[in-house]
Amino acid sequence: MLECRGLSKTYGAKKALKDLNLNLETGKIYGLLGENGSGKTTWMKMVAGLIKPTQGEIHYMGRPLGYKDKEEIAYMATEPFFYDWMKAADVGRYYQDFFGDFDMDRYRELLGKMGLEESMKAREMSSGMHAKLKIAATLARKAKLCLLDEPLNGIDYKAREEVVSIIVEEADEKNTFVISTHLLEEIESFVDVAVFVKNGELIRTADLEKERIMNGRSVRDIYMEIM
Amino acid sequence: MEYNAETPIYIQVIRDLKKKMIKGELNPGDKMPSNRELAVLYKVNQNTAARIYREMESEGFCYTKRGIGTFVSEEENMFENVKKEMAEEVLRNFMHEMRDLGFQKDDIIFQIADYKEEQE
Repeated sequence: MLECRGLSKTYGAKKALKDLNLNLETGKIYGLLGENGSGKTTWMKMVAGLIKPTQGEIHYMGRPLGYKDKEEIAYMATEPFFYDWMKAADVGRYYQDFFGDFDMDRYRELLGKMGLEESMKAREMSSGMHAKLKIAATLARKAKLCLLDEPLNGIDYKAREEVVSIIVEEADEKNTFVISTHLLEEIESFVDVAVFVKNGELIRTADLEKERIMNGRSVRDIYMEIM
Repeated sequence: MEYNAETPIYIQVIRDLKKKMIKGELNPGDKMPSNRELAVLYKVNQNTAARIYREMESEGFCYTKRGIGTFVSEEENMFENVKKEMAEEVLRNFMHEMRDLGFQKDDIIFQIADYKEEQE
């Protein structure tokens, strides 16, 4: 569904991404793994159409990625992106104005599932609640491709469990998820394919269940070997 | 559920579901969770959930009614067989470990007979 060919991004003298080739298939969950500064966010922002590649091409559903495709691609940034004054209800209205595919009923349902109320203020939320608010707003869009940048970072165990539950519930045969993280253990039970990046380069992709079946290797084993 | 990182996830979930059948938490004819529910319950993706049911179905532990869902097998001997099979596996591992410690079968049987269950 998404094809990246020879993708590079240069900021001045710094190469954030180097000649990256990657194909994503519909119906799979991808784990984008690498240290901070390895190029994960740069790649996501590029696919989300927020920054332009210096070189290379991105094809979405068989044609060059265009402005219209933003409607089908959801990107969740790692940094907080709501105004302090906003209540959860305002976040919903804000999203509804921006995205045609945003479903308010679904948003309310997702909030409820994770124990959030519409009257809660973003400013008064813990980091865990904030993470849940972000995921509810992002997944209330019926996007074909969901890019989640560090959705589990810096939140408590229970909030992580809730966010993971929502992800595995929503990720089905009709959509594609990419989750960037450096928390290997948190994602190994549900990621189909791990994509390892280092210093802006794609080092390897690995089908995690296949690795366990064929080689008895965990995602950590692979990480330690190649990174 | 706590997973072993080196063992295929689908195998670990199947083992857990079989245990639930033996313990009577899943009974013959019961409706099993949908793929989506199974995914949430075990924190696996829905491809793995589908694979789990495919495997269990091919082994006869459950069957699918098209458009309705997956159900626990109503085969009479099924649960006894699962129980036997899982007991054999536990025993095999146990014997292996004991042999590693240098015990022969006779010693082991003697030790088991002499073993006092821990009091709660």
